[in-house]
Amino acid sequence: MLDDFFIRALLAGIGIALITGPIGCFVIWRRLSFFAGTLAHSALLGVTMALVFELNIALSVFLISAVIAIFLLQLQTKTNLPNDALLGLLAHSSLAIGLVIIGFLTTIRFDVMGLLFGDILAVSKNDLLLIWGGGLFILIILKIIWKPLFASTINYDLAKAEGMNPDRYNAIFTILMAAIIAISIKIVGLLLITGMLIIPAALARNISNNPIQMALLSTIGGLLSILIGLFSSLEFNTASGPSIITAALLLFLISLIKTKKFSELKK
Amino acid sequence: MENKKKVLLKVENVGVSMNDKSLVKGVSFEVKQGEIVTLIGPNGSGKSTTAKIALGIYKKIDGKVKTYTNKIGYVPQKISIDWTLPIRVSDFMTLTEELTQDQINIALNLTGVEHLKNKSLSNLSGGEFQRVLIARAISKQPELLVLDEPVQGVDFKGEIALYELIKKISEKMKCGILLISHDLHVVMSATDYVLCLNGHVCCSGTPHRVVQDSKYKELFGDRASNILSLYEHKHDHTHSPDGTIDQK
Repeated sequence: MLDDFFIRALLAGIGIALITGPIGCFVIWRRLSFFAGTLAHSALLGVTMALVFELNIALSVFLISAVIAIFLLQLQTKTNLPNDALLGLLAHSSLAIGLVIIGFLTTIRFDVMGLLFGDILAVSKNDLLLIWGGGLFILIILKIIWKPLFASTINYDLAKAEGMNPDRYNAIFTILMAAIIAISIKIVGLLLITGMLIIPAALARNISNNPIQMALLSTIGGLLSILIGLFSSLEFNTASGPSIITAALLLFLISLIKTKKFSELKK
Repeated sequence: MENKKKVLLKVENVGVSMNDKSLVKGVSFEVKQGEIVTLIGPNGSGKSTTAKIALGIYKKIDGKVKTYTNKIGYVPQKISIDWTLPIRVSDFMTLTEELTQDQINIALNLTGVEHLKNKSLSNLSGGEFQRVLIARAISKQPELLVLDEPVQGVDFKGEIALYELIKKISEKMKCGILLISHDLHVVMSATDYVLCLNGHVCCSGTPHRVVQDSKYKELFGDRASNILSLYEHKHDHTHSPDGTIDQK
């Protein structure tokens, strides 16, 4: 069964949706959309580093993301520039450096498009193992830290005063984000992974009234996006990543119609 | 008997600076079981800052803070919750502690907002939210309560009821309370110990023992000192308009 590339792609996509659903909610709640985007952009540098030093791609992407996150914290203490400027600076310079290095790698055949937009054909059994193994690990960690992380998200002072150690959980969450990007760029592509984190969570927000419900609906929205996106990518021969994100956007638009009806009913 | 009460919080000569400017300095006090310690002072005098220092919220402080309990309930002065986050009152109640439905109901009932339990936090009025904040802080049966202007935005009738509740809680649950309040009536009638702050400790003492004080009068005006004919101690300095201290 796993020899069929489409089954592999489906399983990979489902695994990714299960992780990005709840994590994406925190990305929205904590206003980290742009930060997630920066980490994703830096993934290209991670991939080129992996090729240069013959490392595992996911590991290399994860390490580069972590370095970028630490570098950001350093920059924040050293300049008065606003956060979005620093994030833009890091996102585009790491993307640029990655592309420059690719230029030097003339001897290695390299599918840049697949990296940017995801490649349905490229999912191997090893990738599946990484997505499901890594994904399970990420979800277990998230389950363990959910309460203190949520408290820290609501209010830093409250969490700190009542013994929740928000700094620790903020750091752990950053690491989880780096990990999720590392394991999912292959199927969604680095330009679109942020979309997979944000759009299902955003549509869930439109139709939920408590955090757990939002996390569940976000996961369901992600799963539907994957299924619709992958099947239409097969049907119309389009790149997998853009198809998935387009499907997510359609679902988001549908959730808007629904909220309008809800609010009309309330009146 | 007084000495047998457990000390919950001990603050020794603490201060904090931001951008080389001292926000507050040289503050010492302790909060014991069943005792209410109140911080008063004009705006910008460092009351909330002192409470935050005591709670360990600042990373870099001068002096020492010792906390002898980890069951702490906090009602911050300002809480900026991202209202795009879907969260009901009942979700907010269990933010830092697991509670049974009964515990949630009892706490909300005490502050008179049980009917709001399943409402979205973003739909509450300022006063309702304040009551929920207090309910959340007391629901976990804390040993130490830190209340930073807990009744702001609450209607007049509710204000009195909530202060009575706070007093009752300190007696019943035997918890120590660090209170920040602008309501001098309450402060003087319900408090065991008062610290008057203005960037540093201007004066401090037990209201029933110390009588009217010139420094206090200077900070709060003559009308304030008429409220309590029983608060006084000696002052050795005055404040010039720019906030510097002139020794007498």
